[in-house]
Amino acid sequence: MVDSNNKTLGETLRRNGVSRRGFLKFCTATASMMALPPSMAPAIAAALDKARRPSVIWLSFQECTGCTESLTRSHSPTLENLIFNHISLDYHHTLQAASGHAAEAAKEEAMHANEGKYLVVVDGSIPLGNPGYSTTAGISNLQTLEETVAGAAAVIAVGTCAAFGGLPKADPNPTGAVSVSDIVKDKPVINVSGCPPIPVVITGVLAHYLTFGTLPDLDQYGRPKAFYGTSIHDRCYRRPFYDKGLFANTFDDEGAKRGWCLYKLGCKGPMAYNACATVKWNEGTSWPVESGHGCLGCSEPDFWDAGGFYNALSIPLGEVSRTASVAAAAGLVLGAAAAGLNYKTKSEAKKRHGRVTVEDLEKTS
Amino acid sequence: MSALDKIPIQIEASATTGPYHRNTLPLLHEIAHALRRFQAEGNSTTLDLGAIPFGPGDEQRLLDFLGTGEVSAKLDAMGDTNIWESAYAGVWIIEHKNASGERVAFQIEITKLPAILETQPEDIEESLIKLQEALENPKTGVFV
Amino acid sequence: MIEPMDFLLWTRGTAFDVAVTIFIIGVIIRLFEIVSLGRVKSLAEPKGTEFLPGMKTVLTRTLPNGGTFKRQPLTIIAGYVFHIGLLVSLLLFIPHIELFSQTFGFGWPGLPNPIVDAAAVLGIVGLLAALWNRLTNPVMKMLSDKEDYLVWILTFLPMLTGYLAYHRMIDPYPLAMGLHILSIELLLVLFPFTKLMHTFTLFLARWYNGAMSGRRGVES
Repeated sequence: MVDSNNKTLGETLRRNGVSRRGFLKFCTATASMMALPPSMAPAIAAALDKARRPSVIWLSFQECTGCTESLTRSHSPTLENLIFNHISLDYHHTLQAASGHAAEAAKEEAMHANEGKYLVVVDGSIPLGNPGYSTTAGISNLQTLEETVAGAAAVIAVGTCAAFGGLPKADPNPTGAVSVSDIVKDKPVINVSGCPPIPVVITGVLAHYLTFGTLPDLDQYGRPKAFYGTSIHDRCYRRPFYDKGLFANTFDDEGAKRGWCLYKLGCKGPMAYNACATVKWNEGTSWPVESGHGCLGCSEPDFWDAGGFYNALSIPLGEVSRTASVAAAAGLVLGAAAAGLNYKTKSEAKKRHGRVTVEDLEKTS
Repeated sequence: MSALDKIPIQIEASATTGPYHRNTLPLLHEIAHALRRFQAEGNSTTLDLGAIPFGPGDEQRLLDFLGTGEVSAKLDAMGDTNIWESAYAGVWIIEHKNASGERVAFQIEITKLPAILETQPEDIEESLIKLQEALENPKTGVFV
Repeated sequence: MIEPMDFLLWTRGTAFDVAVTIFIIGVIIRLFEIVSLGRVKSLAEPKGTEFLPGMKTVLTRTLPNGGTFKRQPLTIIAGYVFHIGLLVSLLLFIPHIELFSQTFGFGWPGLPNPIVDAAAVLGIVGLLAALWNRLTNPVMKMLSDKEDYLVWILTFLPMLTGYLAYHRMIDPYPLAMGLHILSIELLLVLFPFTKLMHTFTLFLARWYNGAMSGRRGVES
């Protein structure tokens, strides 16, 4: 799979019989996909014309393969395929034809041939509790990551597991799972979070790198601002219902059928930053809220521990009613004890027909 | 899978019509502003509809409102692209599809003629070469 | 790097449990204290009843005393504006009702968000007016001590952070929410040790005043 093919994307397309118009259409679609203004399409055309083929090594660690599935199920084969056909995917557990030692050898060769220039894509978290929890070819994920990243140009952490630890990191984190950025400190890391991320976001980041040779603008979590810059709440088409105070109370009730806000059903939209509300899923078919289910906040760190998918955001994580009743019981017991302790003093004062003085009344609190 | 098919699904047609999904209206205002700007200054505007949070039915309402005008064109390059002028002159709708017929971009261009309809200089270069070769080649049917 | 979310989850988790526990135990002990201390039995012959006049006063003292109002109108008005704003934004905002519903097992209908938003603004304005009054009115300035200003801060922060969070004026949202919840936790923890206890003791105080007047056969 190692290919030191050095054609530019422009040349590749022309060789495949794509006219200039077709190329411009491709650039328009790419701009749209990267959430860039349409006026940038000519700049993209100019850059892609000259873009060379980067080598990409895909490392899969503690993951469910959902991110790869999301990417390969994306049904715009012409666009994503072109991007993927243009990159040289030199190592990928699920997609590559080679296996065993041959696959590992191919990876080593790609790393040597493209030293300092290849991209590393990681999905899945890395277990630090015992590196032996997740290995490939007998080598721990931690070691693989450190060795592979050493000669890389940049690392793209795909999926919430790689970006923030994800499901393996959820309480009680039995494997000691950590994110890519917890380990990689000396190379640029882009987090493309989501469980899984929207496919077009993954390819958008790759396209950006292909086009400009740089990483896109990142937010404080290292996610591309183009896709993670606004919250779901701010882009949700059901926002007018939230503002009016019209909420669905249960699934399938009148409010739910009328498409009212799903806050009470646990929607984490206010705290989730992703592109689902505009870009949607399955080529714009729909997205969770439009289909009637609240947002899980799956692109945020620790979303698994954020208080239940069906509990509203304003509800605390612990069992409040139990805490409250235990505290109330404790209060009553302590109060009764305090009253009991004072009983003797009180009854003596009563016997004495004690007078209340102004000093007694002046006592504050 | 057959058990799933037996679950009755009611499609409530009227549940989402009405004034609630107002994303259509601001978009139409934006188009109006762009058209005014084009008339006054000659600057085209392209609106990428992929970035707009459409609620169910918003897009259809938009297209229904804009309607069709006198010109429509089909571009066959890496899949179909439909381009048509709406019922409002100067407001063009461009729908890019890939080879499998799925939409890859959806834009509204406020201009005299969408840029992609014009023939590109690079393509003219290639066709000149092709034409030259064809004329010089005695096997071409025309000259037999 | 993961701090805002960690912060929010902490405020919604451990910190909330601790704050609620301290709050409830504290309030109950304080109320128990008052009730169990009891009153010295009055040996004079009662001229009227205690219970009904007491209950009546609990309700009638919701309206201000005419004389007090004439002497200190701003104090009264600022107080009312603030309390109405606070109660509406606290008790009639649907996300808050969800929280209460989870805690007590029952909820109640709420108001549309723009109305609650306006009430929150009233609450904040009322608080600011009350503070200004406390600082400039000579009587108020003389009466005020450190606890008064502390209690003002404890009450102002939740309303301010709530407004900022609702309008998403702090980025990212988990930070805004976390600050709001933290300010509430601060309020809850210090509540039983300050004059904020008036929230519960007002009923006892009003009843007692009405009951004593009723016993003496006087209107209250």
